[in-house]
Amino acid sequence: MIDFEPSEEQALIIETVRAFAENEIRPLCREADESGAPPKSVVEAAHELGLVANALPEKEGGGGERSAMTGVLIAEELAWGDLAIALAILSPGLLGFPVADFGSESQRSEILPDLMDSDFVPGSLAMVEPRFDFDAMHPQTTAKRDGDDILLDGVKCQVPWLEGGRHVIVVAADEAGLAAFLLPRDIDGLCAEPELMMGLGGLPTVELTLSGVRVAASARLSASDADLRRMIDRGRVALAAAGVGTARASYEVSRDYAKERETFGQPIATRQAIAFKLADMAIEIDGARLLVWEAAAALDRGEDATRLARLAYDQTMRVALAVTDGAVQVYGGHGYIRDYLPELHLRNVAGFASFESLVLL
Amino acid sequence: MPINFELSEGSKLAQAHYHAVAVEKMRPVSRKYDLAEHTLPTEWVDYWWDEGRFAFQDKSAPTDGFITICLQAEELCWGDAGLYLRMPTPALGGSAVSSAGTSDQRTQFMSAFREKGGHPIWGAMAITEPQAGSDAAAIETTADFDPETEEWILNGTKIFCTAGEGASTADGGFIVVWATIDKSAGRGGIKSFVVMANTPGMELIGCEKKLGIRASDTATLRFDNCRVPKGNLLGSAEVRKKDPSKAGDKGFKGAMATFDASRPIVAAMATGVGRAALDFLKEELERQGVEIRYDAPPRELTAIERDVIEMEADLQAARLLTWRAAWMMNTGKRNNLEASMAKAKAGLAVTKITQKTVQILGPVGYSKKLLVEKWMRDAKINDIYEGTQQINQLIVARRILDYPSAMLR
Repeated sequence: MIDFEPSEEQALIIETVRAFAENEIRPLCREADESGAPPKSVVEAAHELGLVANALPEKEGGGGERSAMTGVLIAEELAWGDLAIALAILSPGLLGFPVADFGSESQRSEILPDLMDSDFVPGSLAMVEPRFDFDAMHPQTTAKRDGDDILLDGVKCQVPWLEGGRHVIVVAADEAGLAAFLLPRDIDGLCAEPELMMGLGGLPTVELTLSGVRVAASARLSASDADLRRMIDRGRVALAAAGVGTARASYEVSRDYAKERETFGQPIATRQAIAFKLADMAIEIDGARLLVWEAAAALDRGEDATRLARLAYDQTMRVALAVTDGAVQVYGGHGYIRDYLPELHLRNVAGFASFESLVLL
Repeated sequence: MPINFELSEGSKLAQAHYHAVAVEKMRPVSRKYDLAEHTLPTEWVDYWWDEGRFAFQDKSAPTDGFITICLQAEELCWGDAGLYLRMPTPALGGSAVSSAGTSDQRTQFMSAFREKGGHPIWGAMAITEPQAGSDAAAIETTADFDPETEEWILNGTKIFCTAGEGASTADGGFIVVWATIDKSAGRGGIKSFVVMANTPGMELIGCEKKLGIRASDTATLRFDNCRVPKGNLLGSAEVRKKDPSKAGDKGFKGAMATFDASRPIVAAMATGVGRAALDFLKEELERQGVEIRYDAPPRELTAIERDVIEMEADLQAARLLTWRAAWMMNTGKRNNLEASMAKAKAGLAVTKITQKTVQILGPVGYSKKLLVEKWMRDAKINDIYEGTQQINQLIVARRILDYPSAMLR
């Protein structure tokens, strides 16, 4: 039976995360963007909420409550506060979910308990490559057998790389398709160069060069090509949710601004040119959110969600860009000034054309 | 209940049933009645009256309530939107009687639609006038009470009355007519009246020649001292003068509330037309060996793949917004904002989708050999009737800004 009401438990999570985003994240989003790192105190406070740990397996101390639907609800709310800080807060999942799903016993016991420790431990996943024709399903980073070992070569970018992380998962192509490897950050042949991007200033990322990185075959996660394709689908749905949150933030601030800013003696919101733009924003954001929810529901039912994830992601990409650009426009000259949020939102969502697996669920 | 995107068993049965009706009963005569405008589509009308309205009787499985009605609208408009509008049903007139009438009035006016046998009858609603469309409060048709006979006397002209030919001429049907009983009261003076078919003083002037939905009779009606009994007024005769300090003119608001129920259905109808075009496009591309790659990054896709994926996303967003507005009706939540969101999104989405389909298919899409060109013409009405795109934007804007109508016009 069709229902659009979050469960009581989900409603409580939304309420908690929304309050956290409003009180803790939003006030520091500008500072994070300009300083190049998320505020430590915020990331640690978010860690105490257990948003990722709650979805990790019970066996290693997690809550065992993995749900794509709950995940997208959380991602939207956090990203409403700030996209970069949201991705930082959720980064343990980049490591935790693949290891929980595809890790060996020793990989699980090495990685998972740390992520649920009282101290925040970030995760890293190297997916995107710095090429215009990058295709997540066909990476150019290669994994080749060399005796009992595997050699990894290639270049990755947009790899979340927060302070305190000790591991990274690298996605590469081997003879069977996609493969994923768990590496220590300090392994020989791995070079991490901090990168600067148009947006996501609050999320430290690196360009990762793998030059003959030699790993034992046991470093390979048990994920098949199909498994990793599903993981990429989950990443797209999670990112889309974050895009909806960012768009909603931009829409809300521009709506409120339009009610205050006056031209010719009246608030600009009383003009159809502005009011209709805001109405379109509201409609498109709700439409995109429902596509995200539908894709998340398909994931939770264990169905192939590739198509729905694509629809949700692409729609969100278009909507978020139009909404944040529209928000800058509603603010006029002030929208171009870094004292106000729309330019930050616009820079952040412009990256959705290249983002892939910056967050998982 | 948590968030759930799976239709219940009864909804799936209804969907499959109405899809089969669309395929078997509507598509075969779709072109015929597009060409033969103003001809009663007897195959379809007789089927619906004799069998169709009783055909889906399996009410044992649980449904999704109002969403199930939207599914019926989507499937049948996937079949043919013009024929859907020509179905012998109470239609919008029924919505008005249901939302504003008493239970006695519902029995009086609606029971004929449930009786077996007889001849097909229609319900309709007449609001628009030559000088008043979107601004429904500006209507000039009057209703004056004659205390001697206890009758209301209607005078005026109504245009764009969907199903107005059938509803005004087939005995047993009716038209709900909006008229003012006190012009000085503005919106507060506007009431709705049930006028039975063939009531003396109501004259069918003719039907419009239209871009699309040509199987639908869009009537012009003249009311010249047309007398209806006192009991045909829906709602109270009390006139509430405009008073911004309280939520006055409930009569007008009550009449407008009909749209909260009808807009999700219209959005579903739109979705049906858009899906007809998109389904056909995807099948044709498949026949031509063009694959849509949902797993490839957008910049790797061909222009056609990108178009199709965007059309699918827009159509699905429209459908889900529609279902949300319908679901709110099930749960008794006020859905005025969400109904307008769904209608605005669906009307524009299917206008674009059908136009894009014609473009992509080139001469095939433009030819009358197929139905694609017809779907483009049929789709456009969805961005106009039941509140234009702009009226729905206006409603959404007022709600999200928390502005009364005086602040944003």
